[in-house]
Amino acid sequence: MSYLQNNRIEKTFFQLKAKKQKGLICYIMGGYPNPIACESIISSIVDGGADIIEIGIPFSDPIADGPVIQEASFRALQKGVTPQICLNLIRKTRKRYPDLPIVIMTYSNILQKNGFKQFMEMAKEVGADGFILPDMTIDESKKYLEYSKNLELASIFLVAPNTSNLRIKKTLAVSTGFVYVVSVFGTTGMRNSFNKFTLTAIKNIKQLSSNKKNISVGFGISTPHHVKLMSNYGADAVIVGSAIIKKIDGNKDGSIIEIQNNLRNYVKSLKAACTN
Amino acid sequence: MTKLREFPIKGKYGKYGGKYIPETLVPAINELEEAYEKIKNDSDFKKELDYYLQNYAGRPTPLFLAKNLTDYVGGAKIFLKREDLLHGGAHKTNNCLGQCLLAKRMGKKRIIAETGAGQHGVGTAMAAAVLGLKAEIYMGSTDIERQKLNLFRMELLGAKVHSVDSGTKTLKDAINEALRDWITNVKDTYYLIGSVVGPHPYPMIVRDFQSVIGEEIKYQIKNFTKTSPHALICCVGGGSNAMGTFFPFLDEKNVSLYGVEAGGLGVRTGKHSATLKEGSEGILHGMRTYLLQDEFGQINDTHSISAGLDYPGVGPQHVQLKDMERAEYVTCNDNEALDAFFKLSKLEGIIAALESCHAVSYAMKLARKMKKDENIIVTLSGRGDKDIDQVMKHRKKYIGR
Ligand SMILES: Cc1ncc(COP(=O)(O)O)c(C=O)c1O
Repeated sequence: MSYLQNNRIEKTFFQLKAKKQKGLICYIMGGYPNPIACESIISSIVDGGADIIEIGIPFSDPIADGPVIQEASFRALQKGVTPQICLNLIRKTRKRYPDLPIVIMTYSNILQKNGFKQFMEMAKEVGADGFILPDMTIDESKKYLEYSKNLELASIFLVAPNTSNLRIKKTLAVSTGFVYVVSVFGTTGMRNSFNKFTLTAIKNIKQLSSNKKNISVGFGISTPHHVKLMSNYGADAVIVGSAIIKKIDGNKDGSIIEIQNNLRNYVKSLKAACTN
Repeated sequence: MTKLREFPIKGKYGKYGGKYIPETLVPAINELEEAYEKIKNDSDFKKELDYYLQNYAGRPTPLFLAKNLTDYVGGAKIFLKREDLLHGGAHKTNNCLGQCLLAKRMGKKRIIAETGAGQHGVGTAMAAAVLGLKAEIYMGSTDIERQKLNLFRMELLGAKVHSVDSGTKTLKDAINEALRDWITNVKDTYYLIGSVVGPHPYPMIVRDFQSVIGEEIKYQIKNFTKTSPHALICCVGGGSNAMGTFFPFLDEKNVSLYGVEAGGLGVRTGKHSATLKEGSEGILHGMRTYLLQDEFGQINDTHSISAGLDYPGVGPQHVQLKDMERAEYVTCNDNEALDAFFKLSKLEGIIAALESCHAVSYAMKLARKMKKDENIIVTLSGRGDKDIDQVMKHRKKYIGR
């Protein structure tokens, strides 16, 4: 199995495990609700206790996303957010938080347009630690993996509740940083409850990885209760996305300070559920 | 050398095609691939499909020598492959029957599909009705607005239509929404894609089911001449009627292949759907192909007078044919297509779909430059009833009142 020695993601998981904590991974759409506010929003999320930040680069056709992130992508694009603006945001965030793991989440075409290699070099240069590409399968990933390895960027693949054991093993073998376990059948977005198969899937993947890979669970998670649930199932970290965007949207008319306070408290409540 | 008909090889047409999909869809795509490989050469399946194609849909469709149009142009003979006469009013029915039968074999009872012009939605609704399946169709709200008749037809046929309000509210967004539905309901749902696009094996499956067009042309042309056709001309949206026409002729290098894309208001205006002509390499809807996109990789708004050609991507096999210069891809503007629409109506008594009229228009241009003893075959992919409202706006110019 591949492993990245000097990657901030793997270091963070190592430290979390030493502290017997679960990780909290928070997603934010790059440049949302606008490029300047986005910087302060990231700060409040980190201050609230997020261990890893996922920055989305908006794409016009986000097929793996539910209504909340779709709408955020659409609005970000309408405001003129470009991949370069997102990379600049990463550069600034990196300056402020030298040890914070930052992962880019976007779709393959954003990388393809520049050339995978060039885009990944730019990402590395601004201080990103890896990529999550929901439309990149292990079958198509030969070059992507080669560049990831050369640049010491994490290649984070997804595993779904219906992925076969054989394929999980293959995915574990090529994933670095962590493996993203999709908790439900569906797109991103909040869920009220989770099914038994989520538990079974997490346990199964844990077992297949012989505890050597970091398992993060995402899609639908929004409450401290969910965080506890996934942790009890054996997840090493949880990923929260739509719920954070929703918090920003819900505060649209409030000041940025209000949004920041709300988010900080919300993230704190999630992190608290990771800690015992 | 590898024959062109041997592609896809490992799901690819050269470097194009492939499977760029969310992980949840991987088992479904693999299940589909296995099921298709099994029935592909199964004689019972073939028999059943042929039964429906002949007795339900009306195959074979005629190959008609458009003598008046030929005389009018004064060049090569122009033949029309009459897919407009197929049940449903377009070539789409070939693929819908094939895939619905496949879905049935796979034990799937719920069919979902996207539609642009509504033709694929209608085809899906028909095939599902006759085969006892449940169909749900995703259609962009902009397309619903301009193709109201087809919306009602789908509802008459018992399908449920979901209006899609995201993105540009057209075909590409309908595909996005259908894919999201599939991700959510992957266990019991069959996604019936309407053109030679999407992740492998869809471009291959749709091509194979549409190849009946080219196969029929192959023997029908013999009733008129001993030689092979000199040129085949088809409109290209996603590229399924074109691939179905071209495929049986791919390795006959003396047959020239022309794909006609929608030039819209003119490629220079940026308001068009000429993906092969003006696009660049990218990844969308599960495939590596050509796309109309901006400098950052965001997919562009497209335009065409014909909703069926209004798509910013194209089937991956067409990109391979373009790269190898096996086929030539040209454009026809809205106005030229309208012109052809009125000409064909008056000269031959055929009201063809605006999509198909793009091919007719180019055929007229090309025929003029060719010899009288040469033959051009145009696939008339559909009939024009659905376009009457749209075309009426222009009657003054053509009919004089
Ligand atoms: C009549 C007709 N022709 C052509 C097309 C374009 O599709 P394709 O390029 O897949 O043949 C459509 C699509 O809706 C259509 O309705």
